Order: sequence, then C-alpha cells, then structure tokens
Amino acid sequence: MPSLKLSERSPERDRRGAEPLLIVRGLTVRFPVGRAGFWGNRRLFVHAVDDVSFEIFRGETLGLVGETGSGKTTTGRAILRRVPIAAGTITFKGNDITHVDGDNLRHLRRDMQLVFQDPYASLNPRMKVLDLVGEPLVVHGVVRRIREARDRVRELLELVGLPADAVDRYPHAFSGGQRQRIGIARALALEPDFIVCDEPVSALDVSIRAQVVNLLQNLQDRLGLTYLFIAHDLSVVRHISHRIAVMYAGKVVEIADRDEIYENPKHPYTQALLSAVPIPDPALQRTRRRQILRGEIPNPVDPPPGCRFHTRCPIAEDRCRTDPPPLEPKRPEHLAACWLT
Amino acid sequence: MSLPSPHEVEEAQREEVLTSGRPYEVLRALRGSLRELVRDKAGLFGVLVVLALVFVAIFAPWLAPHDPSRQSLSDRLVPPFWESGGSFTHVLGTDNLGRDVLSRIIYGARVSLLVGLSVVLLAGVEGTTLGLISGYRGGRVDAWIMGAVDTQVAFPGLLLALVILSVVSPSATSIIIVLALNGWMVYARMARGVVLSVKEMPYVEAAEIVGCRPRRVVARHILPNLASPLLTLAILEFARIVLAEAALSFLGRGIQPPQVSWGLMVAEGRAYIFRAWWLVTFPGAAIAITVLGINLLASWLRVAADPQEREKRFAATARTGSVA
Amino acid sequence: MSGEVTPAWKHLLEVEHLEVRFFTRRGEAQAVRDVSFTIDRGETLGLVGESGSGKSVTSLAVLGLIQLPGKITGGDVRWKGRSLLGQGGERYARSIRGKELAVVFQDPMTSLNPLFPIGTQIGEVLRYHMGMSKSQARTRTLELLDLVGISNPAQRIHQYPHEFSGGMRQRMLIAMALACEPELLIADEPTTALDVTIQAQILELLAELQERLEVAVLLISHDLGVVAQVCHRIAVMYAGKIVESGPAEEVFPRPGHPYTMGLMRSTPRLDLIQARLVGIDGAPPDLVRPPAGCPFHPRCPLAVEECLEEMPPLEAHGGGREVACWRAFTEAVGAEPGAGSTRG
Repeated sequence: MPSLKLSERSPERDRRGAEPLLIVRGLTVRFPVGRAGFWGNRRLFVHAVDDVSFEIFRGETLGLVGETGSGKTTTGRAILRRVPIAAGTITFKGNDITHVDGDNLRHLRRDMQLVFQDPYASLNPRMKVLDLVGEPLVVHGVVRRIREARDRVRELLELVGLPADAVDRYPHAFSGGQRQRIGIARALALEPDFIVCDEPVSALDVSIRAQVVNLLQNLQDRLGLTYLFIAHDLSVVRHISHRIAVMYAGKVVEIADRDEIYENPKHPYTQALLSAVPIPDPALQRTRRRQILRGEIPNPVDPPPGCRFHTRCPIAEDRCRTDPPPLEPKRPEHLAACWLT
Repeated sequence: MSLPSPHEVEEAQREEVLTSGRPYEVLRALRGSLRELVRDKAGLFGVLVVLALVFVAIFAPWLAPHDPSRQSLSDRLVPPFWESGGSFTHVLGTDNLGRDVLSRIIYGARVSLLVGLSVVLLAGVEGTTLGLISGYRGGRVDAWIMGAVDTQVAFPGLLLALVILSVVSPSATSIIIVLALNGWMVYARMARGVVLSVKEMPYVEAAEIVGCRPRRVVARHILPNLASPLLTLAILEFARIVLAEAALSFLGRGIQPPQVSWGLMVAEGRAYIFRAWWLVTFPGAAIAITVLGINLLASWLRVAADPQEREKRFAATARTGSVA
Repeated sequence: MSGEVTPAWKHLLEVEHLEVRFFTRRGEAQAVRDVSFTIDRGETLGLVGESGSGKSVTSLAVLGLIQLPGKITGGDVRWKGRSLLGQGGERYARSIRGKELAVVFQDPMTSLNPLFPIGTQIGEVLRYHMGMSKSQARTRTLELLDLVGISNPAQRIHQYPHEFSGGMRQRMLIAMALACEPELLIADEPTTALDVTIQAQILELLAELQERLEVAVLLISHDLGVVAQVCHRIAVMYAGKIVESGPAEEVFPRPGHPYTMGLMRSTPRLDLIQARLVGIDGAPPDLVRPPAGCPFHPRCPLAVEECLEEMPPLEAHGGGREVACWRAFTEAVGAEPGAGSTRG
C-alpha cells in the first residue's frame, strides 16, 4: 500500500502536552423554526448545540454519546461545517475553520471525512463502486479521469476488506456490512486525518457490527486516524473510544477517559444511560440495580432553566432548577456538569 | 432497519442496467419487460399505437397512396370504399376539394409528431433546468422561479396561445414556440419536487462532503432520479400537446393550409358534417386513438417503473402453490 | 391458572411446521421454514434473530397478515386448538385479532391515525370489540392510559398522535392493544425505534403489565439484551429456521448453537471487559438459494462435513432445550477471526 501513508506514530496516545488535532470551544448551533408572539416579533430557535467544548488528540477516538435531540449529530455536522455556527470556534490542525468557505472549505474535505449511519441510503444506487470510491479523487483533481483511479480504488477496497473485483459492481450487490465498508473506503480515499463516524454500526445487524467496529480500529492503528465516533448508547463506544463525551439536550454533561466513564460515572444522566442498556443475561439483568429515568428529553425550542437534566434527574435540588452547572473537573481528566457530585 | 428484499435488489439492478449498463445487459433487462408487456393488453395497445404513429409519420411518403394536397374537382366528396359510390382508389374517401383523406391523415401524423416532440423537448429542457436550479438553490431564486410558475399556471394556457398566435403569423414553428412557453411549468414543478426530496438523501450529502461542486452534485447525483418520472410526464404532456395543436388548428390559429393537420382537417370538414361524415370522423378518430394510446403507454410505464406493483402482479400470476 | 376448568386445548398458541414463501421473479424465497413453537397462558416467548431471519414474517403469519408476494405454504397455526388458516380459519382469525390476540408494531406513528385524537382511537376499539357505550369507553380509556403510565390522561385523550413523543406513542399503542384484555400480545420490535432510556421505560412497563394482567407475550427482537430482560423462553431464528430454543435462564449463560454463541459474543456487554468485539464472519444467506445442509455452515467456526450435507433436526437436550446442530454445545476453539480481513 505504498500510496497510503502508514502511521509513523504508535496508536498509543501520548496526548499529555501534545497539541490537539481538533479544538471545539463554545460551539453553539441554532436552527430557526419560526416566529412567536402576537406580531411574530419573537423568533424561535431550536437550541441544538449549546456552548459545547472539547478537544480531540491525534490518533485517538472520542466517543460522543447521546440520545435523540442531544445534539450529537449536529455537533458532528458543525465540525464538518455543514450547519451554520451561531457562536464558538472550531480549530483544526491549528487553523480556525469556523468560517472557511468556498475553495478553502472544499480543500478542508481532504483532511476531514464522514462515515454515514445508513449504509443503504448513503451510497448512490446508480453508481458503481469504482465511481463511488473514486469520486473524491476526481473532484479534488488527484486523477483526471475515473479510469486512472482504478488501481487506487482497488487498494482502498482491499484495505477495508473487500475483494478488489468489487470495483465494477453496484452497491445493491453487497450486504449492509459490505456497503458500510464501501462507505469507509470512500471516506479514506483522500487520506484524511480525521473522520467523523456518525453511528456507523447502528443500522447493522449485531453479528456484523463487530466486524465494522474492528475494521475501524484496525484502520486507526494502521493509518493513525483520529475519530469522532457518534453513538446513541454506551454499548458499542466502549470498544472503540479512548475518551467519551456524553451529551444531553445540546450540552456536554460529562467527558472522561473511557474506563473512568464506565467505572466511575459522575453525572446522574450518564449513570442512567449505563443502566438503561440491557445485558443479555437474565439472571444478572434481574438482579442488577437499574435506574429508570422518568419523562423525556426536554423541548429544544424552550429548554428548561438551570441544569437541563433536572426535569428527569432523580437527585435534583432547588439549585439545579435555576443555575446551570458548569462543566468542571471532578477528578483528574474527568469533567462533569453537575452541582451534586 | 429494513434490508431490501431480494426482489428490490433485483429491481434496482435492472433499473441501473437500463440507465447506465452495457448494451447487452440493457437488452436482457428489456426482454424481461417485454414479456410482461405482452400480458398487459392495455399497455400493449398503447405501445403499438405509439409505434404505429412514429412509423406512419416517418414513412408517410411511401405509405400515402396520393399526394395529400393534390386537388381533383371531379373526385370531390367521394365516400369511403364501403359506402355506395366509394372505391379503393380513395380508401377513406375524399374531401370537398377532392383530396385523399387517408393520405392527409398519414401526413397529419407528421405534424402531430413533430409539434408534440419539439414542444415536449423544448418545454422539458427549460422546465427541468429551472426546476433543478429552483430546488437545489432554494431561497430567493426558488421564490422567483416558483412565482413565475404560479403566475403562468394561473393564466389559461390555450387562451394565451391564441392571443399570441393572433399577433404573430401562425405556423408550425410559432405553434411549437408558443406551446413550449406555455408548457414548461409542470416540468419545473416536478423537477423541483424530486430535487427537494433527493437533496435530503445521505448520498447527496456524501457527494457534497467528498467535495463535489454543486453542478456535479446536480448532474451526477440528482438528475438521474428524474429520468423515470420525467419520461412518464413527458409522454402525458405529448398527448396534451397533440390535442392542443389540434385545437389551435381547428380554431384557425394553428397549422395553415396547404399544410395538413388533424385539427385542421376536422375544422375544414365541419361544414360538410351532414353530407360527408368521414371528413370529421377519421381525423377525429386519429386524434382520439393517438391520445388514448399515449395515455395507456404512460400508465403502463408508471406501473412498470414501480417495482412493488410489478412484483405483486408477478406473484398473482405465478403458481403460488396452496396451503397444505 | 389454579381453580379453573382445564380447557379442551393444551396451548394458547401453537405454531406447527409453519412454512412461508415469497414468490419473487428471482425465485421462491423461503422466509420461514418448518417453524414450530407454542405459547402458554401468561408466558413470554422471545423470538430473536437478525434481519432476514424470518422472525417478523412468523409473527405476521400468526396474525394472518401475510400478503402477496408472500404466502403460507405449509404447516398450521392454532389458537386455543383451532386452526387460523384455511377458509373457516380466516374467519376465526378475524374474530380474535385485535381482541384475544393483540399486536404492537415497531413504528407507533404508522399504527396510529394522525387525523383523530388518541382518546377517540382507543374508544373506537372498545366500542367496536367490546360493545361499550361512549361513556363506558371513555372511563376505560382513562384507566388504560393510567395503566400504561401516562400522566394526566383526562387531558391527553384530546391530543393527536403527532403531539406525543415516540415513547408516549408506543405507550398509547400498548394501551390500545390491551384495550380488549387480550390473552396474547405480539410485540414486534416494540423498542427498536426508541432511545435507550425510553426503551428501558417501555420494557419495564411490558414486564410489569405481563405480570399484573397475566397476558402471554410474543416478543420479537434483534436485541438479545431486550429479550433477556423480558422473556421466560427464547427461540433463536436464523435463515427462516429456529436453530435453538429453551428457557432464557439456560440459553443465555450456556448457548448450545454456534450461531447463538456468536450472537452472544457479538453483543457488546457493559458488564464485561472485552478488548475487542468478536463478530460472526460472513453474511446471512440468500433465502432464494439457501445453502445445502445447515444454513449457518458457511459462517460456522465448528462446521464439519456433515453440516454441509444434512440439515440438523431440532433435538431435545434436556431442561426444555432444543438445538438444531450436529455439534451442539461444542465450544469453539480458537475462534478469533482476523476481523479486519473478513468480509461483512
């Protein structure tokens, strides 16, 4: 694989003191949804992402976990500059990319790619694998014609564990897991440093999920990739993430090293999320102390004051209903936004 | 999550072959469709009518027994051959100037086909382009284009055509231009609708994230989705245009003598309707059968393009065994 | 059920040698092949499998909702000893469906009519099936909504489906399904479209209702965790066949079929430290041309010559367990596939 750069650095992260690959500071995304008031003079917004900050170091995977309406997908899209950013900055490789546009934005695509959730809808059914995986090379002028991309596409397919003769076939000839591999090959075509994985395995069958997760891990080891891995529960992220951030109603509520999150969750929402994942062992499942949250995620147009989780929190106090808790260190390298831990 | 069932996969395969496959694959895919067409009588009728129209229009000089504009005062108002006084020289009789009705119908097919095809092509290209821009760009451009569509749709099209054609001199060319200016809106609306739904597809987002410029996104990823609905719409529009041309010619603001058109023939025969019924009946029937055939073709195509519908038909006719 | 007269039938629901085929132009897809199981009163059976395993088709067949191009081509489905198939059977099926036999589907939005308030829709069911008056139906509707944990039901019955969240809608559907006090509730992936914390709520509700109302449940799911939480017995399906069945307490800790073992290993566990996930190589077979012998053999780490030639029958292994495998209960040795190079 001579044309693919192999990682010179070990996949073991030595991030202390190192410059992060991506820094997100105070990211806020709002979508207008209409107007209210008698004269329509009050504009309404969905507060999708509100003052979110984190960083991702080279070669590491940050798991971003949250349920519907938590803002996890919007955060991923904001980093890829696909949604308008209301406030905050995104710094990638030391450059502020919050407002790049035009050709600079197109150029940024060489360094930042996306793996989609839906392996069926994310591949154009009318294009052959060659055109799908080779398209990035054509549009960025790496090759002039798609025919010249052929060898490179075969390399990429082999890299993701597909037979090289897949180049001339259409996506429908492949199973869900294989299609997801095609999507990964497309994301890798431009040799990006950073890939946003937007729930890449949640649409796949259980027995296939492991294959794709393991592939992503192997690729990270070989190519030194950095991932933002978005997921809707805490089960799969455990196996791929180095650090995990938990989002609720547009806010990051907790962020820490992987094992720390699982062994020592500080935020009551993280604790509930952990206990909500059912364990396939009836004896254990029945004896396990489970915390079941009442209620639902709040309306993002009109989020509750104070801590956004207080409406469902089993331990909320008066203070939580008025003052939003800051995301602050609870232990070394472990931030949580809760007044009560 | 739902995996596509095997037959959906099969369908997708066929559709792709039809839109982008190698020649022999296209033939193989078409053969399957033909086998089903033979079973669908209405669809078969539609296809045959349209094929006949095209055939007649192309080979008119060889098929027509007489020169359509040659007058013969001695042979005026000869009835069709089966009526008394009729003969096989003029199978469908002659008109008040002694011109052969069959030959005129055959040449009239040329006008219908020419006007229909040209208008569909011009209006289709114009409407689709504007619809694509409108849907993909959105915002102010969208508002402008759709405003124009709404304004023009609100105005009766045939009336507008009549007004314009009473100012400029009517001819085949001017009819084509006027009807095309009148008919682009449906294409624009349809194209915009498809773009709006396809634009949200993850594979379009994938193309944008990979770094495709807007023009490539539209041409490679959005436009192909238009092929099937556009074809059905164009065929229906074709039928409408055939009627519109006939109506304009009938009203005297369309095709002008000595050129031949079915609508013109009906208009000219109107005065003799009680003495020579064949002057109105045969061109009228030609219009009716053509329009009916085109509509049947369109409705067959719609079913043929719907995999679920086809699969259901297949299952209903196949030997499905019995409950044990 | 102590103190009751023993009924003339043995099992509430009996499915025997059920066979469902889909007639496609590519050929006949054998969606369900020789599937047999029973459900007794108050029992919860979990039907587990991945997409294309035939689990949902099986439930549709029980409900009599298989439509062309699909067709039941063999076997029998009996409700309280009477067949639901054939001419008389279909009439019988219509009379019990929605009443004795209720269903909750995956997507609550498609099962609710968007044009009517929720109270009207539940009331309709009560008035149609139970012959209640308007005011009786209203009282019962309020009871039902309360039962499924909807607060403030008197207000809620005037709201429309779109005004509810996904979890709430699923509760509505469960309330609607329970309206006629069914004896069997078929739940087809009832929590798949929901968030984990909402899923936990719904599963808790199902388990609670099941205990309180003594309703039997057929739970269809791809998620082993979900099934483990609710079910007494489980049946694992693969490529249209039941490959393993037995009491949940036995099957989960000690799976007998290599597919069940693989499924267990592929499921990420929060309670265990696993360095890497172990998946199952390959992909499920094409149902139009299923492999000869055991359908799992192309993906099976334990496959031997015999598996390629002959389909293993579902054999009893004691303790109510049945496994369809020539090498049942053989632990895979060194089954550590090189995940990166495998094809998914």
